[in-house]
Amino acid sequence: MIGEALARPILGVAYLLASLFFILCLRGLSSPEQARRGILFGELGMLLAVVATLLHWQILDYTWIFAGLIIGGAIGTAISLTIPMARMPERIALSHAFGGLASALVGVSEYYDSAGRFDGERFRLGALGIESFLGFLTFTGSLVAFGKLQGLLGGAPITFKGQNKVNLLLFLGALALLATALVIPSLALPFYGLAVIGLLLGVLAVIPIGGADMPVVISLLNSYAGLAACATGFALDSKILIICGALDGASGLMLSLLMSRAMNRSFSNVLFGAFGTEPGAAAATTGTALPYNEATVEDAAAVLAAAQSVIVVPGYGMAVSQAQHAVRDLASLLEARGADVKYAIHPVAGRMPGHMNVLLAEANVSYDRLFDLEAINDDFARADAVLVVGANDVVNPAAKKDPKSPIYGMQVFNVEQARSVLVLKRSMSHGFSGVENELFFLPNTMMVLGDAKKTLLGLIAAIKGAE
Amino acid sequence: MSTEQLIVGLYVFMLATFVGYQVISRVPPLLHTPLMSGTNAISGISLVGSLVAAGAQHNQVSTALGFVAVICASINVVGGFLITDRMLRMFKKGGAGKDKAPR
Repeated sequence: MIGEALARPILGVAYLLASLFFILCLRGLSSPEQARRGILFGELGMLLAVVATLLHWQILDYTWIFAGLIIGGAIGTAISLTIPMARMPERIALSHAFGGLASALVGVSEYYDSAGRFDGERFRLGALGIESFLGFLTFTGSLVAFGKLQGLLGGAPITFKGQNKVNLLLFLGALALLATALVIPSLALPFYGLAVIGLLLGVLAVIPIGGADMPVVISLLNSYAGLAACATGFALDSKILIICGALDGASGLMLSLLMSRAMNRSFSNVLFGAFGTEPGAAAATTGTALPYNEATVEDAAAVLAAAQSVIVVPGYGMAVSQAQHAVRDLASLLEARGADVKYAIHPVAGRMPGHMNVLLAEANVSYDRLFDLEAINDDFARADAVLVVGANDVVNPAAKKDPKSPIYGMQVFNVEQARSVLVLKRSMSHGFSGVENELFFLPNTMMVLGDAKKTLLGLIAAIKGAE
Repeated sequence: MSTEQLIVGLYVFMLATFVGYQVISRVPPLLHTPLMSGTNAISGISLVGSLVAAGAQHNQVSTALGFVAVICASINVVGGFLITDRMLRMFKKGGAGKDKAPR
Protein backbone atom coordinates (compact mmCIF):
# COMPACT_ATOMS: atom_id res chain seq x y z
CA MET A 1 0.00 0.00 0.00
CA ILE A 2 1.53 3.31 -1.02
CA GLY A 3 0.25 6.77 -0.26
CA GLU A 4 -1.59 9.16 -2.56
CA ALA A 5 1.45 11.42 -3.00
CA LEU A 6 3.44 8.55 -4.47
CA ALA A 7 0.61 6.76 -6.28
CA ARG A 8 -0.77 9.78 -8.12
CA PRO A 9 2.22 10.37 -10.44
CA ILE A 10 2.65 6.61 -11.02
CA LEU A 11 -0.97 6.31 -12.13
CA GLY A 12 -0.66 9.43 -14.26
CA VAL A 13 2.34 8.14 -16.19
CA ALA A 14 0.90 4.63 -16.53
CA TYR A 15 -2.38 5.97 -17.96
CA LEU A 16 -0.51 8.25 -20.35
CA LEU A 17 1.52 5.33 -21.71
CA ALA A 18 -1.56 3.12 -21.84
CA SER A 19 -3.40 5.74 -23.93
CA LEU A 20 -0.48 5.81 -26.35
CA PHE A 21 -0.54 2.01 -26.58
CA PHE A 22 -4.27 2.01 -27.32
CA ILE A 23 -3.84 4.43 -30.20
CA LEU A 24 -0.98 2.29 -31.56
CA CYS A 25 -3.26 -0.74 -31.19
CA LEU A 26 -5.89 0.81 -33.44
CA ARG A 27 -3.28 2.01 -35.88
CA GLY A 28 -2.03 -1.56 -36.24
CA LEU A 29 -5.47 -2.52 -37.53
CA SER A 30 -4.86 -0.55 -40.74
CA SER A 31 -3.26 -3.64 -42.27
CA PRO A 32 -3.68 -7.38 -41.67
CA GLU A 33 0.10 -7.83 -41.41
CA GLN A 34 0.46 -5.45 -38.47
CA ALA A 35 -2.86 -6.10 -36.80
CA ARG A 36 -1.71 -8.75 -34.34
CA ARG A 37 1.19 -6.62 -33.17
CA GLY A 38 -1.31 -3.82 -32.70
CA ILE A 39 -3.45 -6.00 -30.46
CA LEU A 40 -0.35 -6.83 -28.42
CA PHE A 41 0.11 -3.08 -27.82
CA GLY A 42 -3.51 -2.90 -26.67
CA GLU A 43 -3.02 -5.77 -24.24
CA LEU A 44 0.14 -4.19 -22.82
CA GLY A 45 -1.66 -0.88 -22.38
CA MET A 46 -4.51 -2.56 -20.57
CA LEU A 47 -2.21 -4.54 -18.29
CA LEU A 48 -0.30 -1.38 -17.43
CA ALA A 49 -3.48 0.56 -16.68
CA VAL A 50 -5.02 -2.17 -14.52
CA VAL A 51 -1.87 -2.88 -12.50
CA ALA A 52 -1.35 0.83 -11.89
CA THR A 53 -4.97 1.24 -10.81
CA LEU A 54 -4.45 -1.38 -8.10
CA LEU A 55 -2.15 1.20 -6.45
CA HIS A 56 -5.02 3.70 -6.27
CA TRP A 57 -5.08 5.34 -2.85
CA GLN A 58 -8.84 5.00 -2.41
CA ILE A 59 -8.73 1.22 -2.68
CA LEU A 60 -8.78 -0.27 0.79
CA ASP A 61 -9.85 -3.82 0.14
CA TYR A 62 -8.97 -6.16 -2.71
CA THR A 63 -11.38 -9.03 -2.04
CA TRP A 64 -14.11 -7.94 -4.44
CA ILE A 65 -11.64 -6.62 -6.96
CA PHE A 66 -9.83 -9.92 -7.39
CA ALA A 67 -13.06 -11.92 -7.19
CA GLY A 68 -14.52 -9.78 -9.98
CA LEU A 69 -11.38 -9.92 -12.12
CA ILE A 70 -11.17 -13.70 -11.81
CA ILE A 71 -14.88 -14.32 -12.51
CA GLY A 72 -15.00 -11.83 -15.40
CA GLY A 73 -11.71 -13.03 -16.83
CA ALA A 74 -12.85 -16.66 -16.73
CA ILE A 75 -16.20 -15.88 -18.39
CA GLY A 76 -14.50 -13.73 -21.03
CA THR A 77 -11.93 -16.43 -21.78
CA ALA A 78 -14.55 -19.16 -21.98
CA ILE A 79 -16.77 -17.21 -24.37
CA SER A 80 -13.90 -16.10 -26.60
CA LEU A 81 -12.26 -19.47 -27.02
CA THR A 82 -15.42 -21.47 -27.64
CA ILE A 83 -17.73 -19.25 -29.68
CA PRO A 84 -17.93 -20.17 -33.39
CA MET A 85 -17.06 -17.36 -35.80
CA ALA A 86 -20.56 -17.45 -37.28
CA ARG A 87 -21.86 -16.31 -33.87
CA MET A 88 -19.61 -13.23 -33.76
CA PRO A 89 -22.46 -10.72 -34.17
CA GLU A 90 -24.11 -12.09 -31.04
CA ARG A 91 -20.85 -11.92 -29.13
CA ILE A 92 -20.29 -8.34 -30.19
CA ALA A 93 -23.83 -7.38 -29.17
CA LEU A 94 -23.36 -9.05 -25.81
CA SER A 95 -20.07 -7.29 -25.20
CA HIS A 96 -21.70 -3.92 -25.88
CA ALA A 97 -24.27 -4.90 -23.25
CA PHE A 98 -21.54 -5.69 -20.71
CA GLY A 99 -19.67 -2.47 -21.54
CA GLY A 100 -22.82 -0.38 -21.16
CA LEU A 101 -23.75 -2.08 -17.89
CA ALA A 102 -20.27 -1.59 -16.44
CA SER A 103 -20.39 2.16 -17.17
CA ALA A 104 -23.94 2.47 -15.86
CA LEU A 105 -23.16 0.64 -12.61
CA VAL A 106 -20.05 2.71 -11.94
CA GLY A 107 -22.25 5.77 -12.49
CA VAL A 108 -24.90 4.63 -10.02
CA SER A 109 -22.26 3.51 -7.53
CA GLU A 110 -20.57 6.93 -7.64
CA TYR A 111 -23.88 8.71 -7.40
CA TYR A 112 -25.05 6.63 -4.45
CA ASP A 113 -21.77 7.25 -2.68
CA SER A 114 -21.95 11.04 -3.02
CA ALA A 115 -25.75 11.46 -2.99
CA GLY A 116 -26.82 14.71 -1.35
CA ARG A 117 -23.34 16.20 -1.70
CA PHE A 118 -23.56 17.40 -5.29
CA ASP A 119 -24.23 21.10 -4.61
CA GLY A 120 -20.81 22.26 -5.70
CA GLU A 121 -20.33 19.49 -8.24
CA ARG A 122 -23.00 19.91 -10.83
CA PHE A 123 -20.77 19.05 -13.76
CA ARG A 124 -19.93 15.77 -12.11
CA LEU A 125 -23.59 15.10 -11.42
CA GLY A 126 -24.44 15.84 -15.05
CA ALA A 127 -21.70 13.51 -16.28
CA LEU A 128 -22.91 10.76 -13.94
CA GLY A 129 -26.47 11.22 -15.20
CA ILE A 130 -25.44 11.00 -18.85
CA GLU A 131 -23.21 8.05 -18.04
CA SER A 132 -25.95 5.97 -16.44
CA PHE A 133 -28.53 7.00 -19.05
CA LEU A 134 -26.29 6.01 -21.98
CA GLY A 135 -24.95 2.97 -20.16
CA PHE A 136 -28.37 1.53 -19.39
CA LEU A 137 -29.63 2.40 -22.87
CA THR A 138 -26.69 0.53 -24.42
CA PHE A 139 -27.25 -2.35 -22.02
CA THR A 140 -30.91 -3.08 -22.83
CA GLY A 141 -30.54 -2.06 -26.49
CA SER A 142 -27.69 -4.52 -26.96
CA LEU A 143 -29.60 -7.26 -25.14
CA VAL A 144 -32.52 -6.78 -27.55
CA ALA A 145 -30.10 -6.83 -30.51
CA PHE A 146 -28.59 -10.01 -29.08
CA GLY A 147 -32.06 -11.55 -28.72
CA LYS A 148 -32.87 -10.72 -32.32
CA LEU A 149 -29.60 -12.12 -33.64
CA GLN A 150 -29.97 -15.26 -31.55
CA GLY A 151 -33.51 -15.70 -32.87
CA LEU A 152 -35.05 -15.42 -29.39
CA LEU A 153 -37.13 -12.40 -30.39
CA GLY A 154 -37.59 -13.06 -34.10
CA GLY A 155 -35.65 -10.93 -36.56
CA ALA A 156 -38.66 -8.99 -37.80
CA PRO A 157 -39.29 -5.43 -36.64
CA ILE A 158 -41.72 -5.12 -33.71
CA THR A 159 -43.76 -1.96 -34.09
CA PHE A 160 -46.78 -0.31 -32.55
CA LYS A 161 -48.70 2.81 -33.32
CA GLY A 162 -47.10 6.05 -32.19
CA GLN A 163 -43.82 4.30 -31.43
CA ASN A 164 -41.61 7.14 -32.59
CA LYS A 165 -43.65 9.64 -30.58
CA VAL A 166 -43.25 7.54 -27.44
CA ASN A 167 -39.50 7.35 -27.99
CA LEU A 168 -39.27 11.08 -28.60
CA LEU A 169 -41.29 11.82 -25.45
CA LEU A 170 -39.06 9.52 -23.40
CA PHE A 171 -35.97 11.25 -24.76
CA LEU A 172 -37.38 14.70 -23.97
CA GLY A 173 -38.32 13.38 -20.52
CA ALA A 174 -34.73 12.29 -20.02
CA LEU A 175 -33.48 15.77 -20.93
CA ALA A 176 -35.98 17.33 -18.53
CA LEU A 177 -34.86 15.02 -15.72
CA LEU A 178 -31.23 15.85 -16.39
CA ALA A 179 -32.03 19.57 -16.24
CA THR A 180 -34.00 19.07 -12.99
CA ALA A 181 -31.12 17.16 -11.45
CA LEU A 182 -28.73 19.98 -12.32
CA VAL A 183 -31.04 22.69 -10.92
CA ILE A 184 -31.87 20.82 -7.71
CA PRO A 185 -28.86 18.56 -7.06
CA SER A 186 -30.25 17.31 -3.75
CA LEU A 187 -33.15 15.45 -5.43
CA ALA A 188 -32.38 11.77 -6.05
CA LEU A 189 -35.48 11.02 -8.11
CA PRO A 190 -34.35 12.71 -11.36
CA PHE A 191 -31.11 10.73 -11.39
CA TYR A 192 -32.78 7.34 -10.93
CA GLY A 193 -35.50 8.40 -13.36
CA LEU A 194 -32.81 8.95 -15.98
CA ALA A 195 -31.53 5.45 -15.39
CA VAL A 196 -35.02 3.96 -15.79
CA ILE A 197 -35.68 5.91 -19.01
CA GLY A 198 -32.33 4.71 -20.33
CA LEU A 199 -33.37 1.09 -19.69
CA LEU A 200 -36.76 1.61 -21.38
CA LEU A 201 -35.46 3.56 -24.34
CA GLY A 202 -32.83 0.94 -25.12
CA VAL A 203 -35.55 -1.67 -25.56
CA LEU A 204 -37.97 0.58 -27.44
CA ALA A 205 -35.33 1.96 -29.79
CA VAL A 206 -34.08 -1.43 -30.96
CA ILE A 207 -37.25 -3.58 -31.17
CA PRO A 208 -38.53 -1.83 -34.33
CA ILE A 209 -35.28 -2.46 -36.23
CA GLY A 210 -35.17 -5.40 -38.64
CA GLY A 211 -32.49 -8.05 -38.91
CA ALA A 212 -31.02 -6.69 -42.12
CA ASP A 213 -30.32 -3.35 -40.43
CA MET A 214 -28.36 -5.00 -37.62
CA PRO A 215 -24.93 -3.89 -38.94
CA VAL A 216 -25.93 -0.26 -38.44
CA VAL A 217 -27.50 -0.85 -35.04
CA ILE A 218 -24.54 -2.84 -33.73
CA SER A 219 -22.15 -0.10 -34.84
CA LEU A 220 -24.34 2.54 -33.28
CA LEU A 221 -24.52 0.67 -29.96
CA ASN A 222 -20.73 0.40 -30.15
CA SER A 223 -20.65 4.17 -30.36
CA TYR A 224 -23.04 4.60 -27.39
CA ALA A 225 -20.97 2.23 -25.27
CA GLY A 226 -17.96 4.40 -26.07
CA LEU A 227 -19.78 7.61 -25.19
CA ALA A 228 -20.93 6.08 -21.90
CA ALA A 229 -17.30 5.26 -21.09
CA CYS A 230 -16.42 8.83 -22.04
CA ALA A 231 -19.02 10.23 -19.64
CA THR A 232 -17.50 8.01 -16.94
CA GLY A 233 -14.20 9.69 -17.72
CA PHE A 234 -15.72 13.13 -17.20
CA ALA A 235 -17.39 12.04 -13.95
CA LEU A 236 -14.20 10.54 -12.51
CA ASP A 237 -11.97 13.17 -14.13
CA SER A 238 -10.01 10.38 -15.79
CA LYS A 239 -8.34 11.30 -19.08
CA ILE A 240 -7.68 7.71 -20.11
CA LEU A 241 -11.39 6.92 -19.92
CA ILE A 242 -12.23 9.98 -21.99
CA ILE A 243 -9.65 8.99 -24.61
CA CYS A 244 -10.72 5.34 -24.86
CA GLY A 245 -14.39 6.28 -24.86
CA ALA A 246 -13.78 8.78 -27.65
CA LEU A 247 -11.84 6.20 -29.69
CA ASP A 248 -14.65 3.66 -29.27
CA GLY A 249 -17.32 6.26 -29.96
CA ALA A 250 -15.57 7.52 -33.10
CA SER A 251 -15.08 4.00 -34.41
CA GLY A 252 -18.72 3.04 -33.83
CA LEU A 253 -19.97 6.24 -35.41
CA MET A 254 -17.74 5.82 -38.44
CA LEU A 255 -18.81 2.24 -38.99
CA SER A 256 -22.49 3.12 -38.73
CA LEU A 257 -22.03 5.97 -41.22
CA LEU A 258 -20.28 3.59 -43.62
CA MET A 259 -23.05 1.01 -43.25
CA SER A 260 -25.86 3.52 -43.76
CA ARG A 261 -24.09 4.96 -46.77
CA ALA A 262 -23.72 1.50 -48.30
CA MET A 263 -27.48 1.07 -47.91
CA ASN A 264 -28.15 4.60 -49.18
CA ARG A 265 -30.18 5.28 -46.07
CA SER A 266 -29.95 8.00 -43.49
CA PHE A 267 -29.50 7.28 -39.81
CA SER A 268 -33.00 8.47 -39.04
CA ASN A 269 -34.38 6.17 -41.70
CA VAL A 270 -32.68 3.15 -40.13
CA LEU A 271 -33.62 4.15 -36.59
CA PHE A 272 -37.18 5.26 -37.17
CA GLY A 273 -38.09 3.62 -40.47
CA ALA A 274 -38.89 0.09 -39.23
CA PHE A 275 -37.68 -1.26 -42.56
CA GLY A 276 -39.71 -4.06 -44.06
CA THR A 277 -42.97 -3.46 -42.21
CA GLU A 278 -44.85 -2.20 -45.24
CA PRO A 279 -43.95 -4.01 -48.43
CA GLY A 280 -43.12 -1.48 -51.13
CA ALA A 281 -45.43 -1.02 -54.08
CA ALA A 282 -43.08 -2.97 -56.33
CA ALA A 283 -43.07 -5.97 -54.04
CA ALA A 284 -46.83 -5.95 -53.70
CA THR A 285 -47.59 -5.93 -57.42
CA THR A 286 -45.14 -8.50 -58.70
CA GLY A 287 -46.27 -11.29 -56.40
CA THR A 288 -44.54 -14.66 -56.43
CA ALA A 289 -46.15 -16.19 -59.50
CA LEU A 290 -43.30 -15.31 -61.90
CA PRO A 291 -41.53 -18.19 -63.60
CA TYR A 292 -37.98 -18.91 -62.61
CA ASN A 293 -35.33 -21.45 -63.63
CA GLU A 294 -34.92 -24.02 -60.93
CA ALA A 295 -31.72 -25.93 -61.61
CA THR A 296 -30.56 -29.27 -60.30
CA VAL A 297 -27.20 -29.56 -58.61
CA GLU A 298 -25.89 -31.37 -61.72
CA ASP A 299 -26.91 -28.52 -64.06
CA ALA A 300 -25.29 -25.99 -61.78
CA ALA A 301 -22.15 -28.11 -61.50
CA ALA A 302 -21.88 -28.23 -65.31
CA VAL A 303 -22.03 -24.42 -65.49
CA LEU A 304 -19.36 -24.03 -62.82
CA ALA A 305 -17.13 -26.69 -64.35
CA ALA A 306 -17.17 -24.83 -67.67
CA ALA A 307 -16.49 -21.40 -66.15
CA GLN A 308 -13.07 -19.79 -66.42
CA SER A 309 -13.83 -16.93 -64.06
CA VAL A 310 -16.13 -17.29 -61.06
CA ILE A 311 -17.18 -14.66 -58.52
CA VAL A 312 -18.66 -15.79 -55.21
CA VAL A 313 -21.10 -13.42 -53.47
CA PRO A 314 -21.65 -14.55 -49.87
CA GLY A 315 -24.45 -13.28 -47.65
CA TYR A 316 -26.06 -13.94 -44.29
CA GLY A 317 -27.35 -17.30 -45.59
CA MET A 318 -23.75 -18.54 -45.72
CA ALA A 319 -23.34 -17.73 -42.04
CA VAL A 320 -26.65 -19.39 -41.13
CA SER A 321 -25.82 -22.66 -42.85
CA GLN A 322 -22.13 -22.48 -41.80
CA ALA A 323 -21.23 -22.98 -45.44
CA GLN A 324 -17.93 -21.04 -45.51
CA HIS A 325 -15.76 -24.18 -45.48
CA ALA A 326 -17.81 -25.79 -48.26
CA VAL A 327 -17.52 -22.55 -50.27
CA ARG A 328 -13.77 -22.65 -49.90
CA ASP A 329 -13.56 -26.32 -50.86
CA LEU A 330 -15.59 -25.66 -54.00
CA ALA A 331 -13.42 -22.63 -54.86
CA SER A 332 -10.23 -24.66 -54.37
CA LEU A 333 -11.58 -27.37 -56.63
CA LEU A 334 -12.42 -24.84 -59.34
CA GLU A 335 -9.02 -23.18 -58.95
CA ALA A 336 -7.30 -26.54 -59.25
CA ARG A 337 -9.13 -26.93 -62.57
CA GLY A 338 -7.68 -23.62 -63.77
CA ALA A 339 -10.52 -21.22 -63.03
CA ASP A 340 -10.08 -17.83 -61.41
CA VAL A 341 -12.22 -17.47 -58.27
CA LYS A 342 -12.83 -14.17 -56.48
CA TYR A 343 -15.10 -13.18 -53.63
CA ALA A 344 -17.27 -10.06 -53.68
CA ILE A 345 -17.88 -8.71 -50.18
CA HIS A 346 -20.63 -6.16 -49.65
CA PRO A 347 -20.24 -3.77 -46.70
CA VAL A 348 -23.58 -4.80 -45.21
CA ALA A 349 -23.52 -8.51 -46.06
CA GLY A 350 -24.24 -10.39 -42.85
CA ARG A 351 -25.20 -8.99 -39.50
CA MET A 352 -22.20 -6.84 -38.59
CA PRO A 353 -19.42 -4.94 -40.35
CA GLY A 354 -16.87 -7.37 -41.75
CA HIS A 355 -18.94 -10.49 -40.94
CA MET A 356 -18.20 -12.25 -44.26
CA ASN A 357 -14.48 -11.48 -44.13
CA VAL A 358 -14.15 -13.19 -40.78
CA LEU A 359 -16.08 -16.27 -41.87
CA LEU A 360 -14.03 -16.68 -45.05
CA ALA A 361 -10.81 -16.10 -43.14
CA GLU A 362 -11.91 -18.86 -40.78
CA ALA A 363 -12.32 -21.13 -43.81
CA ASN A 364 -8.73 -20.30 -44.82
CA VAL A 365 -9.58 -18.15 -47.83
CA SER A 366 -6.65 -15.89 -48.62
CA TYR A 367 -7.69 -12.30 -47.96
CA ASP A 368 -6.25 -11.04 -51.25
CA ARG A 369 -9.10 -12.94 -52.95
CA LEU A 370 -11.72 -10.84 -51.11
CA PHE A 371 -12.82 -7.70 -52.94
CA ASP A 372 -14.88 -4.69 -51.89
CA LEU A 373 -17.84 -3.40 -53.82
CA GLU A 374 -15.94 -0.72 -55.77
CA ALA A 375 -13.03 -3.01 -56.53
CA ILE A 376 -15.02 -5.79 -58.12
CA ASN A 377 -18.24 -4.37 -59.49
CA ASP A 378 -16.86 -3.94 -63.02
CA ASP A 379 -15.64 -7.54 -63.12
CA PHE A 380 -19.10 -9.09 -63.10
CA ALA A 381 -19.62 -8.25 -66.77
CA ARG A 382 -16.56 -10.38 -67.60
CA ALA A 383 -17.38 -13.26 -65.26
CA ASP A 384 -18.55 -16.59 -66.66
CA ALA A 385 -20.44 -17.52 -63.52
CA VAL A 386 -21.50 -15.84 -60.30
CA LEU A 387 -22.26 -17.98 -57.27
CA VAL A 388 -24.62 -16.20 -54.86
CA VAL A 389 -24.49 -17.98 -51.50
CA GLY A 390 -27.33 -16.83 -49.26
CA ALA A 391 -27.21 -13.17 -50.30
CA ASN A 392 -30.36 -11.33 -51.35
CA ASP A 393 -30.69 -7.55 -51.06
CA VAL A 394 -27.06 -6.92 -52.06
CA VAL A 395 -27.69 -8.54 -55.46
CA ASN A 396 -31.14 -7.06 -56.12
CA PRO A 397 -31.16 -5.05 -59.38
CA ALA A 398 -34.27 -3.19 -58.15
CA ALA A 399 -31.92 -1.08 -56.02
CA LYS A 400 -30.55 0.37 -59.25
CA LYS A 401 -33.66 0.93 -61.31
CA ASP A 402 -36.88 0.76 -59.31
CA PRO A 403 -37.45 4.02 -57.40
CA LYS A 404 -40.45 2.43 -55.67
CA SER A 405 -38.37 -0.32 -54.11
CA PRO A 406 -37.59 0.16 -50.40
CA ILE A 407 -33.95 -0.58 -51.11
CA TYR A 408 -33.72 1.82 -54.09
CA GLY A 409 -30.36 3.61 -54.13
CA MET A 410 -28.49 0.97 -52.15
CA GLN A 411 -25.19 0.05 -53.81
CA VAL A 412 -25.51 -3.49 -55.16
CA PHE A 413 -23.37 -5.90 -57.11
CA ASN A 414 -23.92 -5.99 -60.89
CA VAL A 415 -24.28 -9.78 -60.78
CA GLU A 416 -26.92 -9.87 -63.53
CA GLN A 417 -24.22 -8.79 -66.03
CA ALA A 418 -22.40 -12.10 -65.66
CA ARG A 419 -22.94 -14.82 -68.25
CA SER A 420 -24.76 -17.02 -65.75
CA VAL A 421 -25.81 -16.52 -62.16
CA LEU A 422 -26.25 -19.41 -59.73
CA VAL A 423 -28.29 -18.51 -56.67
CA LEU A 424 -28.12 -20.83 -53.68
CA LYS A 425 -31.15 -20.10 -51.56
CA ARG A 426 -33.15 -21.93 -48.93
CA SER A 427 -36.50 -21.35 -50.63
CA MET A 428 -38.24 -18.84 -52.89
CA SER A 429 -39.62 -16.94 -49.88
CA HIS A 430 -38.64 -13.30 -49.41
CA GLY A 431 -35.63 -12.27 -47.37
CA PHE A 432 -35.62 -10.19 -44.21
CA SER A 433 -36.54 -7.01 -46.00
CA GLY A 434 -39.57 -8.66 -47.60
CA VAL A 435 -38.54 -7.26 -50.98
CA GLU A 436 -39.03 -9.23 -54.20
CA ASN A 437 -35.75 -9.84 -56.02
CA GLU A 438 -36.12 -9.82 -59.79
CA LEU A 439 -32.65 -11.30 -60.20
CA PHE A 440 -34.19 -14.67 -59.37
CA PHE A 441 -36.48 -14.46 -62.41
CA LEU A 442 -33.93 -13.42 -65.04
CA PRO A 443 -33.23 -15.85 -67.91
CA ASN A 444 -29.53 -16.17 -67.06
CA THR A 445 -30.24 -16.99 -63.42
CA MET A 446 -30.40 -20.55 -62.10
CA MET A 447 -32.00 -21.07 -58.72
CA VAL A 448 -30.62 -23.98 -56.69
CA LEU A 449 -32.92 -24.29 -53.71
CA GLY A 450 -32.03 -25.98 -50.44
CA ASP A 451 -29.53 -25.71 -47.63
CA ALA A 452 -26.45 -23.87 -48.96
CA LYS A 453 -23.93 -26.20 -47.37
CA LYS A 454 -25.60 -29.36 -48.71
CA THR A 455 -25.89 -27.83 -52.18
CA LEU A 456 -22.21 -26.85 -52.15
CA LEU A 457 -21.13 -30.33 -51.10
CA GLY A 458 -23.34 -31.71 -53.87
CA LEU A 459 -21.70 -29.37 -56.38
CA ILE A 460 -18.23 -30.49 -55.30
CA ALA A 461 -19.21 -34.16 -55.66
CA ALA A 462 -20.84 -33.57 -59.06
CA ILE A 463 -17.84 -31.69 -60.49
CA LYS A 464 -15.45 -34.38 -59.28
CA GLY A 465 -17.73 -37.12 -60.60
CA ALA A 466 -17.70 -35.59 -64.07
CA GLU A 467 -13.90 -35.54 -64.26
CA MET B 1 -15.17 18.73 -10.91
CA SER B 2 -14.23 22.34 -11.54
CA THR B 3 -14.86 24.28 -14.74
CA GLU B 4 -11.18 24.02 -15.64
CA GLN B 5 -11.25 20.25 -15.28
CA LEU B 6 -14.31 20.11 -17.49
CA ILE B 7 -12.65 22.22 -20.17
CA VAL B 8 -9.46 20.15 -20.08
CA GLY B 9 -11.62 17.06 -20.35
CA LEU B 10 -13.38 18.49 -23.39
CA TYR B 11 -10.01 19.26 -25.01
CA VAL B 12 -8.94 15.67 -24.49
CA PHE B 13 -12.27 14.41 -25.83
CA MET B 14 -12.05 16.59 -28.93
CA LEU B 15 -8.47 15.64 -29.79
CA ALA B 16 -9.03 11.94 -29.08
CA THR B 17 -12.09 11.93 -31.34
CA PHE B 18 -10.03 13.39 -34.18
CA VAL B 19 -7.16 10.96 -33.64
CA GLY B 20 -9.69 8.15 -33.50
CA TYR B 21 -11.34 9.27 -36.70
CA GLN B 22 -8.01 9.55 -38.54
CA VAL B 23 -6.67 6.22 -37.33
CA ILE B 24 -9.90 4.32 -37.83
CA SER B 25 -10.63 5.63 -41.31
CA ARG B 26 -7.47 3.78 -42.40
CA VAL B 27 -8.82 0.42 -41.25
CA PRO B 28 -9.85 -1.60 -44.35
CA PRO B 29 -13.36 -3.16 -44.47
CA LEU B 30 -11.58 -6.52 -44.29
CA LEU B 31 -10.79 -5.83 -40.64
CA HIS B 32 -14.01 -4.16 -39.53
CA THR B 33 -15.06 -6.99 -37.23
CA PRO B 34 -11.66 -7.15 -35.47
CA LEU B 35 -11.85 -3.34 -35.22
CA MET B 36 -15.17 -3.64 -33.44
CA SER B 37 -14.06 -6.27 -30.98
CA GLY B 38 -10.74 -4.47 -30.50
CA THR B 39 -12.29 -1.10 -29.66
CA ASN B 40 -14.69 -2.99 -27.45
CA ALA B 41 -11.79 -4.44 -25.49
CA ILE B 42 -10.17 -1.01 -25.25
CA SER B 43 -13.33 0.62 -23.96
CA GLY B 44 -13.25 -2.05 -21.26
CA ILE B 45 -10.82 0.45 -19.71
CA SER B 46 -13.86 1.54 -17.71
CA LEU B 47 -12.49 -1.33 -15.61
CA VAL B 48 -10.21 1.21 -13.90
CA GLY B 49 -13.29 3.07 -12.67
CA SER B 50 -14.96 -0.15 -11.57
CA LEU B 51 -11.88 -1.31 -9.66
CA VAL B 52 -11.85 1.82 -7.51
CA ALA B 53 -15.62 1.57 -6.95
CA ALA B 54 -15.30 -2.08 -5.88
CA GLY B 55 -12.36 -1.53 -3.55
CA ALA B 56 -12.96 1.84 -1.95
CA GLN B 57 -15.26 0.49 0.82
CA HIS B 58 -17.43 3.60 0.77
CA ASN B 59 -20.60 1.63 1.46
CA GLN B 60 -21.98 -1.80 0.65
CA VAL B 61 -24.18 -0.70 -2.25
CA SER B 62 -21.31 1.02 -4.05
CA THR B 63 -19.06 -1.96 -3.45
CA ALA B 64 -21.65 -4.41 -4.80
CA LEU B 65 -22.30 -2.32 -7.90
CA GLY B 66 -18.57 -1.90 -8.41
CA PHE B 67 -18.07 -5.66 -8.08
CA VAL B 68 -20.63 -6.41 -10.82
CA ALA B 69 -19.07 -3.66 -12.96
CA VAL B 70 -15.62 -5.25 -12.53
CA ILE B 71 -17.03 -8.57 -13.76
CA CYS B 72 -18.68 -6.97 -16.81
CA ALA B 73 -15.67 -4.87 -17.74
CA SER B 74 -13.17 -7.69 -17.33
CA ILE B 75 -15.31 -9.98 -19.50
CA ASN B 76 -14.91 -7.35 -22.23
CA VAL B 77 -11.23 -6.72 -21.67
CA VAL B 78 -10.09 -10.33 -21.49
CA GLY B 79 -12.64 -11.66 -23.97
CA GLY B 80 -12.24 -8.76 -26.37
CA PHE B 81 -8.49 -9.06 -26.76
CA LEU B 82 -8.56 -12.87 -26.93
CA ILE B 83 -11.22 -13.06 -29.60
CA THR B 84 -9.69 -10.25 -31.65
CA ASP B 85 -6.40 -12.09 -31.70
CA ARG B 86 -8.17 -15.36 -32.51
CA MET B 87 -9.81 -13.68 -35.49
CA LEU B 88 -6.65 -11.97 -36.71
CA ARG B 89 -4.74 -15.24 -36.60
CA MET B 90 -7.12 -16.54 -39.26
CA PHE B 91 -6.45 -13.76 -41.76
CA LYS B 92 -3.87 -15.20 -44.15
CA LYS B 93 -2.61 -14.16 -47.53
CA GLY B 94 -1.47 -16.14 -50.55
CA GLY B 95 -0.92 -19.92 -50.73
CA ALA B 96 -2.98 -20.81 -47.68
CA GLY B 97 -6.19 -20.78 -49.70
CA LYS B 98 -4.89 -23.04 -52.44
CA ASP B 99 -2.54 -25.63 -51.05
CA LYS B 100 -5.26 -27.62 -49.34
CA ALA B 101 -7.53 -28.32 -52.28
CA PRO B 102 -9.99 -31.12 -51.60
CA ARG B 103 -8.86 -34.55 -52.59
